[in-house]
Amino acid sequence: MMTMDAGPPAVSIRGLRVRRGRTDVFDGLDLDLPAGRITGLLGPSGGGKTTLMRSIVGVQTIDAGSVSVLGAPAGSRALRRRVAYDTQSASVYDDLTIAQNLRYFGRVIGASRADVAHVIAEVGLTGREKQLIGSLSGGQRGRVSLATAMLGSPELLVLDEPTVGLDPVLRENLWTLFRGLADRGATLLVSSHVMDEALRCDDIVLIHNGRVLAHTTPKGLLRETHAKDPDTAFLRLIERDTPASGPPSSAPPASGRPASGTEVTR
Amino acid sequence: MTLTRTLATAGRVLRQLGHDPRSIALMLVAPSLLVGLFAWLFSDQDGVFDQFGGPILALFPFVVMFLITSITTLRERRSGTLERLLSTPLGKADFIVGYAIAFGFMAIIQAIATVAFAVGVCGLDVSGPLWQLGLVAVIDGILGTALGLLASAFAHTEFQAVQFMPLLVFPQIILGGLFMPRDQMPDVLYAISDWLPLSYAVEAINAVTAADEGWDLWRPVLIVAAFAVGSLVLASLTLRRRTR
Repeated sequence: MMTMDAGPPAVSIRGLRVRRGRTDVFDGLDLDLPAGRITGLLGPSGGGKTTLMRSIVGVQTIDAGSVSVLGAPAGSRALRRRVAYDTQSASVYDDLTIAQNLRYFGRVIGASRADVAHVIAEVGLTGREKQLIGSLSGGQRGRVSLATAMLGSPELLVLDEPTVGLDPVLRENLWTLFRGLADRGATLLVSSHVMDEALRCDDIVLIHNGRVLAHTTPKGLLRETHAKDPDTAFLRLIERDTPASGPPSSAPPASGRPASGTEVTR
Repeated sequence: MTLTRTLATAGRVLRQLGHDPRSIALMLVAPSLLVGLFAWLFSDQDGVFDQFGGPILALFPFVVMFLITSITTLRERRSGTLERLLSTPLGKADFIVGYAIAFGFMAIIQAIATVAFAVGVCGLDVSGPLWQLGLVAVIDGILGTALGLLASAFAHTEFQAVQFMPLLVFPQIILGGLFMPRDQMPDVLYAISDWLPLSYAVEAINAVTAADEGWDLWRPVLIVAAFAVGSLVLASLTLRRRTR
């Protein structure tokens, strides 16, 4: 069932260093993402998920290291049609209709009108094409943004928390959609801080405090941590990591640490 | 830069505006109302409106387009759509020129409405051909658009963008020859006003109302156009595909 060909990775990161202000978001991060699979990027917020995605898309200024995507440097001209990025907050024009939005982005990347109708159908918004984006619900806006990323059948889709705030039915539909895209050969990197979604991915990358804590499969994650569910597995991985990196005495006992802990367990 | 992407961008900006009829109405009616107010103010003094009415026609398209463009592009920078666009094959020039075309088109309609109102209703006395007055008003509108695009790069919030108005626009109005003929100003201010595009916009309008021809008219028009093109080039240099 699963295609486990050992072809070249879709994304290859070596020694990535990104600074924000005086602190390092990443200081020498290495990561390979296999092609044709769905990789889940998980971890507490503030851990560097979005910065990593931006580095892969090539919109992040990086301080050192290399990011190679589909065989070319991230962000290079040749990749602008092959890589699509859906930001965490929907990047769409609120004062345009769904159809006008998608037609505009379609013309920019050279996608056909049929493709526009196709992606609208894929995210389940057929029949609402003439509705203004500003009048849609948050979940619907997010789906328009996702449809925009799907225009032109990109080879790599980088999706930042596409399922956040959606009801279980819609989330199910979107994961079916992601699976379909991967089956057709696309590579997907999907971030989430809802740990249950890890089980839907082919591979999981857990990042915490700018480091890759684990790069494994859903089964591997549960096996390695002897956990029954992904929430527990992630907590164990983070606990295993925390004492080494910083003693809890430096953080205020009541507010600092537990905040990120609650994020993981929801 | 490609024609399809530039025109697609211009069309998109106009479609956005199309969903906001109140803004269109304000753009078209507000300058005429202000011109009318001026005409009324000086209605008992012969010839004063003829002296000030022209330069005011240069001013309004400039100010209105500056404000609209700087806020619209700032919104685009903040909503994430600009970042998304810059991760696609869209060129920076496609984006900037697309905006210039869209708002240039609005400037044309605004100029037609305002010139028609000033001449037809308020009785502004223009010795030169009316189309020249319209042309100068349009170029002033495009200059406002170009400077607005540039200014939006230096603002992080809408509040800051609006603050650029007094900073960039008011000195040009004060030194542009509207309140005092430029050659009567103190030497230092006169020298400064030589470097402000609005001075040439006012000069061009005065040339049209006085029926000047040839170089007296086209020199200031070309200088204003050059300022507009220069600002557009600078504005496209402020667009960054990679950010922090």
